[in-house]
Amino acid sequence: MLEIHDLGVRFGGLAAVDGVSTRIARGSITAIIGPNGAGKTTFFNLISGVCKPSCGSIRLEGQTVTGSRPDHMARLGIARTFQSSQLFDHASVLDNLIIGHRLRTRAGLWDALLGSSRLRREEALCRTKAQAALEFVGLRDVAHRLAGDITQEQRKRTAIALALATEPKLILLDEPAGGINPEETAQLGELIRKLALSGLTVCLVEHKMDMVMRLADTVIVLNHGKKIAEGAPEAIRENPHVIHAYLGVPDAEA
Amino acid sequence: MGPSRRSAIWIAPLAVGIALPWLAGGNDYVLSVLALAFIYAIATLGLNLITGYTGQLNLAHAGFMAIGAYTVGILTVDHGVPFWWAFMLSGVVPAVLGMPIGWLSLRLRGYYFAIFTLCVGTIINLVIEKWDGLTHGVSGIIGIPAPPGFGPVQFSTPRAQYYLALGALVVMTWMMQRIVRSLVGRSFMAVRNSEPLAEALGIPLMRTKLLAFVLSVFYAGLAGGLYAGTIRFLGPDVANIAHTFDMVTAMLIGGLGTVAGPIVGSLVLPWITQYLQFMQDYRMLVFGPLLVVLLIFLPAGIVGSLRNWHARRASQALAVAQPDAAPAHEHRASAAQRHGHA
Repeated sequence: MLEIHDLGVRFGGLAAVDGVSTRIARGSITAIIGPNGAGKTTFFNLISGVCKPSCGSIRLEGQTVTGSRPDHMARLGIARTFQSSQLFDHASVLDNLIIGHRLRTRAGLWDALLGSSRLRREEALCRTKAQAALEFVGLRDVAHRLAGDITQEQRKRTAIALALATEPKLILLDEPAGGINPEETAQLGELIRKLALSGLTVCLVEHKMDMVMRLADTVIVLNHGKKIAEGAPEAIRENPHVIHAYLGVPDAEA
Repeated sequence: MGPSRRSAIWIAPLAVGIALPWLAGGNDYVLSVLALAFIYAIATLGLNLITGYTGQLNLAHAGFMAIGAYTVGILTVDHGVPFWWAFMLSGVVPAVLGMPIGWLSLRLRGYYFAIFTLCVGTIINLVIEKWDGLTHGVSGIIGIPAPPGFGPVQFSTPRAQYYLALGALVVMTWMMQRIVRSLVGRSFMAVRNSEPLAEALGIPLMRTKLLAFVLSVFYAGLAGGLYAGTIRFLGPDVANIAHTFDMVTAMLIGGLGTVAGPIVGSLVLPWITQYLQFMQDYRMLVFGPLLVVLLIFLPAGIVGSLRNWHARRASQALAVAQPDAAPAHEHRASAAQRHGHA
């Protein structure tokens, strides 16, 4: 569903992402791994429209979307989460999620001033979508808690729910398991699998290798902005290039 | 809390506002101080929309209020336009000027936006001061007509002007409430919360920020128009940056990102200033520390702190009342019970 061809971006003299090509299949889970500074988040920023690529192309379901603005990408069906989940702490979890479906609504200023029926209908719709998303990520129980009061793991789930409320086709998760404990990581893994089973295409950047190896259908390894390997988790584990990238080149003593 | 209870909160203060001319016992000074406070409250409501709700600190706000005021002053005095026609344009002119200025300045973020608009405010102030042909420069505009009445309703006495300002404040507050509670308002808050996240959720950043900016200067301009009709004299000082900082202070005291906050702040601020008047220039020695203490203990402002406290209580109440919010095993049990009874 997502075809990436020769994608690259330069920041000054640094090629943060350098000629990456890949295809991501519908309903699959793709993990993007690599050492720190390998360009993983930049790769996400390119797909989600935050950075404009210097070269290459991105096609979503056959449609070229290269260089679109982030809000266009979201409307086309690419949702993402960030490394830190920014929620409005003084409002309830449910309240935080209502904005998620805003991009599929049309009510504007005049609707607000006149209290139009379209606005009421759309607000009800946003609320329903928010509740459904909360239900999906298993947070119905904390819907009315203040966002500032929930745990880190629940915040991660809320961020995923927010992305879900936009009704995406592709969801990009940037370190979904960052800063949470092993047991919670396993539960979050279940949720990510559930996302893929529901028909969504999932892409994640993650450092926790056991989670990546258990979840991913395909692993893409980036190093210095270049794709050095792509394949099934077992193959990646044995790949000498990957081992070199992570552990360094053993020819120092050779 | 349903919408009906939310509006019920406004009834008591409104009743006091309506009864006040009788309570003040014909003290015209109190009424004119309050009328001016209401006018600044309208401008501060606007500032709060772009700053409190959308997260962009616009320091040109007094400048836009001055543009609204001068729109009324110039049109009525120099061109003989009836007051109410000029008044209607007092919101439109700043909004139209605000569009290109916002389009340019909103590309900047955080402090850079604040500094840019600080300069815009200063430029507006200078243009008013130097463009003698249009604004009468430092000699100002004298003899702005009082707003003419409608039939038996006249706006020439302090009491009538008080009611005019109060009425305008009520209408503008109601409008603000409508805006911020809607999906449009939620878009503004999403931008304030995190611009990258808002964009990733499909909210067009520039369009959303520009709408908030234009609405906010529309409020400033209408407040300026009322100011012109109430004070009936205008000098370049209206655009002084000090007025912007007064509005920022009022907004912080009342509570950023709350509808009632700017109103409370705009009433508390002149009240403290009046109270400390006997100290003359030294009053800032008391006022400064007072503000610091307030912001240490109520960082969300008066209304903001009340709202946060209320939100916490409401969330706890819902957690107790709703079976959804109970721990999972209890929830299953009660669901089973419900099915049993059905």
